Amino acid sequence: MWSMLRSTWAFRYFIVSSIKTEFMSRFIRSRIGGIWMIINPLVQVCIYALILSSLLSARLPDLVDQTYGYAIYLTAGILCWSLFSDVVTRCLTIFIENGNILKKMVFPKICLPLITTGTALVNNALLLLAIIAVFAVLGHGLTMSVVLLPVLTILTLALALGFGIVLGILNVFIRDVGQVVPLVLQIGFWFTPVVYVPSVLPENLRSLLFLNPLYPLVSAYHEVLVFGRMPDLSALTGTAILAVGLMAAGMFMFRRAGAEMVDVL
Amino acid sequence: MTATVLHVDGLGKAFRTYGSEWSRVLSWFGRTPDIVKEQWVLRNIGFRVAPGEAVGLVGQNGAGKSTLLKLITGTLRPTAGRVDVHGRIAAILELGMGMNPEFTGRQNVYNVAGLMGFTRERIDSLMPEIEDFAEIGDYFDQPLRIYSSGMQMRVAFSVATAVKPDILIVDEALSVGDAYFQHKSFDRIREFRERGTTLLIVSHDRSAIQMLCDRAILLERGAQIKDGTPEEVMDLYNALLAERQEQTVEVRRHDSGRVQTVSGTLEAVVEDIALLNDRDEPVEFVNVGAPVSLRIRVRVDQALPRLVLGYMIKDRLGQTMFGTNTFHTEQIVEDVEAGSIVNYTVAFNANLGPGSYSIATALVSSDTHLINNYEWRDLALMFTVSNHDKSYFIGTAWVPPSIRIER
Repeated sequence: MWSMLRSTWAFRYFIVSSIKTEFMSRFIRSRIGGIWMIINPLVQVCIYALILSSLLSARLPDLVDQTYGYAIYLTAGILCWSLFSDVVTRCLTIFIENGNILKKMVFPKICLPLITTGTALVNNALLLLAIIAVFAVLGHGLTMSVVLLPVLTILTLALALGFGIVLGILNVFIRDVGQVVPLVLQIGFWFTPVVYVPSVLPENLRSLLFLNPLYPLVSAYHEVLVFGRMPDLSALTGTAILAVGLMAAGMFMFRRAGAEMVDVL
Repeated sequence: MTATVLHVDGLGKAFRTYGSEWSRVLSWFGRTPDIVKEQWVLRNIGFRVAPGEAVGLVGQNGAGKSTLLKLITGTLRPTAGRVDVHGRIAAILELGMGMNPEFTGRQNVYNVAGLMGFTRERIDSLMPEIEDFAEIGDYFDQPLRIYSSGMQMRVAFSVATAVKPDILIVDEALSVGDAYFQHKSFDRIREFRERGTTLLIVSHDRSAIQMLCDRAILLERGAQIKDGTPEEVMDLYNALLAERQEQTVEVRRHDSGRVQTVSGTLEAVVEDIALLNDRDEPVEFVNVGAPVSLRIRVRVDQALPRLVLGYMIKDRLGQTMFGTNTFHTEQIVEDVEAGSIVNYTVAFNANLGPGSYSIATALVSSDTHLINNYEWRDLALMFTVSNHDKSYFIGTAWVPPSIRIER
C-alpha cells in the first residue's frame, strides 16, 4: 500500500499534466479554446434557470416565494449527481480504453482513475461556478453553509471512486458489467430526488429512498445550496462508511487483480 | 559474485482460463480458483546479466520473446519465478506510445516523459537536449499530425533515450526514420553501453546479434534452450529454422492444390528446395558475397519430352534481382520418364545487398512458362543476406569497388 502511494506520488506530474491534456485536447483546434469550458456549464444552468422555471412553475414548499426555487433545486441536485455518474461511468471503462498503454508502458495503474477524478472535479467546479454566478444574478445568494460544500464534494467523489474502481476492475474481466452499469445509473437517477421533491413520492416508496446512498448526499446539497441551511452531517454517516468500504474493497481488488488485468486486456 | 543488473530466476508465465470469470474474481478473495486451462507461454527461464553487458534475445515468432520482455519491464506479472531489476529500464519497442497528434512535439514530450515518471522540472531540464537530438527544427513546436512518420519517430526516440537507462531494450528491426537518424540513434545506444548501460536486443539478424552482443539467449516454444556466445546460439537457431522448413515443405505437399502461389499442371513438381552454404548445410542467413548453392529436387509424375528449370531471386518488394533457366544455359533435360527424380544444384555467390530475398521456381518445357507450365512456385524459399565483413554499403547488389584516390 505504502509503495503504491509512493509510486503514485512519483507520477504526480503525469497525473496533473494528463488532466490538463484532457481539457486541452478537447478545445485545441477551437478558436476560443478554454472559454468553451465555461460556456457549456453556463448555458446548461441558464436553460434550467430561465426556461424550466417558467415552463414548470413548480413551487417548492419551502421556497414558495421564489420564482427560481425549482431551478435552484434542480441544479443543486444535478451538481451532485453529475459528479457521481461522471466518475462512475468513466472509471467503468478506463482500464479497457487504456488497455494498449497498460500493456506496453510501466506506470502505476491507479493514475488512470485519479486522472479521471481530477477531470471530473474540474468540470464540477466549473459547473458550481456557473450555478453561483447565474443565481447571484437572479438574486439567490448563498449562506455560510456553503463552506460544507467541499466536504460534500469529497464524499461524493469517494463514493463514486469506490463504485468506479470496483466496477471498472470487474468490467475488465466480465464485460457485461459495462452494459449493466449505465442502465443501473439511469434507474438510480430517477430513484434519487434530483428532478423531484421526495415528498411527492408515495409513502412506501419514500421509505425505500433511504437505501440509496446518494439520497443523503443530494439532500445535503439541497440544504446547502437551496435552503442555505447547515445539513445534518450525521445523516451522511452511512454513506461515508459505504464510501470508505468501497474504496477499501477497490484498493484490495486492485492489488489482487492488477497482475491479471494486463493478461486479459 | 559479480554485480547483476538483471536477474531472472525460474521465470514462467501462464495464461489461465477459468471456469467462469466469477471464479477468477472470487479467487482474489481467497477462494480456490477453478482453472480450466493453463497455457504456459514461458517456462523456467533463468539468467543473470551484468552491467554493461549486451545480450541478444533470439527466437522464432511465438517463442516467447515479447512475453519475456514484458515480464522484465513489468507490464506483465510472472506466474512462477521472479525478475529482479536493479535500475531503470527503458524500452524502445513501442515508440510513439502516449502521443497525441493534436499536440506539438514539445507538448508530447512533456506527456510521454511524464508517463515515464519524470517530474516537470526534470523534463524542463531535459528539453533542450531532446529538441536538439530530434533535429526537426521548427516542427518541434507544431502539431504532431503534420509530422512525417520519420519525424514522429525522431521525437519518440529522443524522449525514450533522453536519460541514460540502466537497462535498454532494443528491437533491432525497429527502424528509426532515415539512415542518418538510424546511425545517430545507434551511436547513442553504443554510447550508453560504453557508459555502463546493459542492452537487451531482440533480433532475428545474425549479423546484428554478432556485432552488438556479448552473449545470446535462444528461446524456443517458451523454453530457454541455449545461453551462450552469439555464434553458438545463432548456429542452433539456424538449425532450428532449417528443421522447421522441412516441416513446412511437408505441409505444402499435402494441400498443394490450395496454396495460391503454386500453379501449373503439376506433371513435374519441386519436391524439395534448400539453400546450402559451402559446407552443404542448409542456411537462412547468408553473408554478402558468400558462395551458396540452391538445391532443387524435381519429381516428374508423367513422362515429359523436355524439362526446363527456371528460378528467380526476388527482393522483399518482389523485384527480380536475377533470374534464368536451363533453356538459356542450354541444359535442357530431355525424355524424362514418369516417376523419375531430377536433382539440380545451382551454385552462385550471394552478391546481394543486406535484406530479405525469396526464390521462385518454374518448371516448364521451353524458355517461357506460357507454353507448358508444369509448376510455378512463388516464395519457394526465403533467405536473408546480411553484411558480416564487408565495408558498409547500401543497395540490393554487391558491386565491390576498388577505389583509387589521387591528389
